[in-house]
Amino acid sequence: MISFPYLTTLLLIPIGAALALLFVPGKYKKLIHTFAVTASVVIFGFSAFILDEFKTGVSGYQMVTTHSWFGSLGINYSLGIDGISLFLVMMTTLLFPIALAGANEKRNTKTFAIWTLLLEAACIGSFLSIDLLLFFIFFEATLVPVYFLMVEFGYEKRGYAAVKFFIYTFTGSAFLLVAILSLAFIHQSQTHVLTFSVIQLEHTHLTSVAGVLLFLGFTAAFAVKAPIFPFHSWSPDAYSQSPTSGSILLAGVMAKLGSYGIIRFDLGLFPHTVVLLAPLFMTLGVIGIIYGGIVAAKQRNLKRLVAFSSLAHLGFIVMGAFALSDQSVTGAVIQMLNHGIYTAALFLLIAMIYRRKGTMSLDEIRGMQKSAPILAAVFILMVMASIGVPGLNGFVGEFLILMGTFITHRWWAVVGVLGVVVAAVYMLWAYQQAFHGPEKGEYLKNAPRDLTLKEGLVLAPLVILVVLLGVYPKPFLNRITPSVDKLIIHVENKSQLKLPGNAKPIAFRYDKKSAINDKTLLSNSDSKVGNASKAVLTGIVMPISSCITGNKVATGRASQTGYYVWSVGKSFCRQGVSK
Amino acid sequence: MELGALATHMLQLPHVNYTAIMPELILLGGMLLLLLVSALFKKGLPTEFYASSTVAIGIASLIASLVLYHDVEAHSAFNAIGHAIDIDGFSVLFLTLVSCIVIVYAFLSVAYLQREQTGGVEYYALALISCSGAMFMASANDLILIFIGLEILSIPLYVMAGMDQLREASGEAAMKYFILGAFSSAIFLYGIALTYGATGSVNLAEISAFLAKNVILGNGVLLAGMGLLLIGFFFKIAAVPFHFWTPDVYQGSPTIATGFMAAIAKAGAFAAFIRVFMASFPSLASDWQPILWVVVLLTTLLGATVALVQKDIKRMLAYSSINHAGFILLGLQAASQKGIGASLYYVFVYSFLVLGTFAIVAISGAKGDALHDIDDLQGYAKRHPFLATSLAIFLLAQAGAPFTTGFLAKLQVVTAAVEAHSYALAVIAMISAAIATGFYLRLVYKMFGAESSEAAFETPSQLQQTADSVEVGTSFSGIESDTGSAPALATLQGGVALATLESEESEVYGLSPLGKLGVSPWLATGLALCLGVTIVFGFWPQPLVDFANHATLLFN
Repeated sequence: MISFPYLTTLLLIPIGAALALLFVPGKYKKLIHTFAVTASVVIFGFSAFILDEFKTGVSGYQMVTTHSWFGSLGINYSLGIDGISLFLVMMTTLLFPIALAGANEKRNTKTFAIWTLLLEAACIGSFLSIDLLLFFIFFEATLVPVYFLMVEFGYEKRGYAAVKFFIYTFTGSAFLLVAILSLAFIHQSQTHVLTFSVIQLEHTHLTSVAGVLLFLGFTAAFAVKAPIFPFHSWSPDAYSQSPTSGSILLAGVMAKLGSYGIIRFDLGLFPHTVVLLAPLFMTLGVIGIIYGGIVAAKQRNLKRLVAFSSLAHLGFIVMGAFALSDQSVTGAVIQMLNHGIYTAALFLLIAMIYRRKGTMSLDEIRGMQKSAPILAAVFILMVMASIGVPGLNGFVGEFLILMGTFITHRWWAVVGVLGVVVAAVYMLWAYQQAFHGPEKGEYLKNAPRDLTLKEGLVLAPLVILVVLLGVYPKPFLNRITPSVDKLIIHVENKSQLKLPGNAKPIAFRYDKKSAINDKTLLSNSDSKVGNASKAVLTGIVMPISSCITGNKVATGRASQTGYYVWSVGKSFCRQGVSK
Repeated sequence: MELGALATHMLQLPHVNYTAIMPELILLGGMLLLLLVSALFKKGLPTEFYASSTVAIGIASLIASLVLYHDVEAHSAFNAIGHAIDIDGFSVLFLTLVSCIVIVYAFLSVAYLQREQTGGVEYYALALISCSGAMFMASANDLILIFIGLEILSIPLYVMAGMDQLREASGEAAMKYFILGAFSSAIFLYGIALTYGATGSVNLAEISAFLAKNVILGNGVLLAGMGLLLIGFFFKIAAVPFHFWTPDVYQGSPTIATGFMAAIAKAGAFAAFIRVFMASFPSLASDWQPILWVVVLLTTLLGATVALVQKDIKRMLAYSSINHAGFILLGLQAASQKGIGASLYYVFVYSFLVLGTFAIVAISGAKGDALHDIDDLQGYAKRHPFLATSLAIFLLAQAGAPFTTGFLAKLQVVTAAVEAHSYALAVIAMISAAIATGFYLRLVYKMFGAESSEAAFETPSQLQQTADSVEVGTSFSGIESDTGSAPALATLQGGVALATLESEESEVYGLSPLGKLGVSPWLATGLALCLGVTIVFGFWPQPLVDFANHATLLFN
């Protein structure tokens, strides 16, 4: 049964492209840029091919390839893909061409292209590895290209930010490595097989103390990478001092390595401990949501603002992952995707503002809407998506997470939902200040006013996805749910705990005959309530928030926006009822 | 006749199996020949001649080592010369490694010696002697021979540390190294005496057999002997708290000698260390493991943290080498097959890393080792892209970046530690590695990230002199055509001064053949060897790992 090695090919294309670029003299900047973008688009095309080959409704790993790599230590080169990693890989392959095309570095194009392509290979490798040590190697390998991208192309304090980032993540990895090795040796003592295969290690019997220690070892690395609340202090520096491409890739792709690690490895390997410690980590997630939101509201630098908003969004993902219901985990997976898309878009838009005004500070930008209406429109779309307005992608993820969490851990959901409100405050606030009001701040010389065609083309796929995922998430959910379902059942069985939420049949649980679709999702009574209450909440809070600013024009506009949000929400609910 | 019979009666000389010590003999014989030939020419020969002879000697000893390897593979391990020499997988590994170190060192040192205009034969002759000492230490099966090997290894190193007569620091380094080294040798010798007193033998196998057969009730003398041996080894490998000589000696010695010293002293000392403790004292593991536990903890952490605050590159790398010594000890601390294999692998790959690192640091240091401040590396990537990239690879490998041998080395020792249930130690060692990345990356950042500023290039005194010869304010075109590497510089601030420095450098190194890389073919070959080992075996680890593990299987 020798099939075409899809995943290996996917991994090798970026490496091959980077190696090829090594031999191109650095002065042919145009050629290098075109080649790199073409290569990354080819990779995306190839990943789309994998998406096509992917069998919907299969819960296990597909397209598995395994070769012995380092025999004496039992490390295998072992790749596989399932519903959880599929769209993360797709998102990776999508964001890299966008980062390459949209945030090209004119100064040293060759270095930029090579490191970016190598980073792409390392990220894809991490998502595809089903051997723990191979995952660890790729996970670590991501650091080197990112470090060089930050150091060569970042802003003033890049040296400090890069080293801080590196040391933080490396310290987390120290615990991860020791935990991986310990787990493998415990498994070896039980089965006499030294292996790092995720599938086999899932069957290790762990005492509760060992389980907790190993779990904490794993989570240390993932919590830093994600980042989860108390381990986040590297991220605002790293995100804001990175070049645009670096921010997109750090927040869009690499942050997902952390949350992916939690879902794939923490849940899969330590089900018992996860159930035990879920309240703790959900609390951290909720603190992240609220804290990230509040701190984001105080930021005057747009990049830092998005960095802290990322903390809040990652808080949602963590909350969803540890809530351990089908919906919440599915929501967490979808939300990883969503966050990647709109954060990338926001960082790109901020870079475009910077290109026009030479600043990212909210104090120096006002009323850009008059001169750049399309830019403003795309910006508000992404802001809305990030807030979680129904009809856009952020809603689907946040809603599933909140619903799933509400079932299993009610009070965390209740507090967590406040995060949506806070998000509305800081996001719209920032939008108002930058785009509304009397125009302030000169344009730079030779800077375009509105979106150029090229910028539009770069943003287009993201805009389409934001709407598509918001309106028609079914094809995505169909592929994600079987794997999530299997994972949750695994957690239930292993932990021998009936999770409260899953005791009752849920419309959401995957069933081969009636695959989940958005109709059932929206006609679910819970969703109606959630929908309406959310729309109402946003409608009420936004005027209040703008009252705080004391800006009458802004207040008026905010109320209008609020009304718009509310009416969209209402129409969604109606739609749900009528069907 | 009578006298001869009497002599044989009184002193039974063992049969000498010359093949067993062939690599050592080749190194020593080659060294003598080299000295002889150089003495015949009054004016001295070009450095390239000495280097190429050394490479030839190194290759010959490498071949001899590989022949021995084949012997061991085919006929199993054997003793020679009255059980004093043990040729097994372990010694063969080190014979090979030391031969490689000779070859790589010969390639790397040419550019430095030519620049310093001291291209004498001494650097090569001393290195060859030192290497033969390391070989004796690795293949010795007898504490006395280990001691002799240790001295043969160390004494040339003391001399090499003091070779730079123009700098006071070099003399100071030699003195410090010599006094502390002699002190530790004495302690080591006393340890041998006590061990002999307790077990009645200096032969490693006999000590082990004695300890296996007899239960010693009052083993105070034995433990004291073992403790003193430990201290002697700790001095040589620079483990905390016996590391105080390291930063001064590393900083003061001529830079190329520092690199050689770091590689060979660690290789020789660890070879003997591992053999003595795994061959003779495995039954006392419960006594020496806790000591190693504490020493590993101190060595890894102190090495990494103190390196963070260093301003001198060589001092920083000295502390980094202390950190690495801790990691190598971590494998030994596990006291298992896997642990030893991991330590051997670590020593093997570290030798290449450290040789490559110091070779580039030596080149970047400018004449007279003047520019060893970390700030002096600012913008190095623009001036010497090839050297800067190579140095970055070596530093990242030392930090443990994936797909380099450095990562696999750390992975293996940590694996061994975890398997031996030293979880806390494994975590601490990895955290020290995380701290260590801080200073490795600081260097990388200086080379690649930081914008060059005038201040960084004002330090060297010859700049002032050379800058006078250039008319400030005129175009750089003349210089550009001379050096071929100046266009990037012209854009920099202080480009005038730099470009002249550059042109002076190129004269000294003889850049012309590989002008594009900015290095001489000798240096390029040496670096290519080090980089090759680091990267090729990073992706394809099995052969080297098998080689290291093989060494532990044949342990007697």
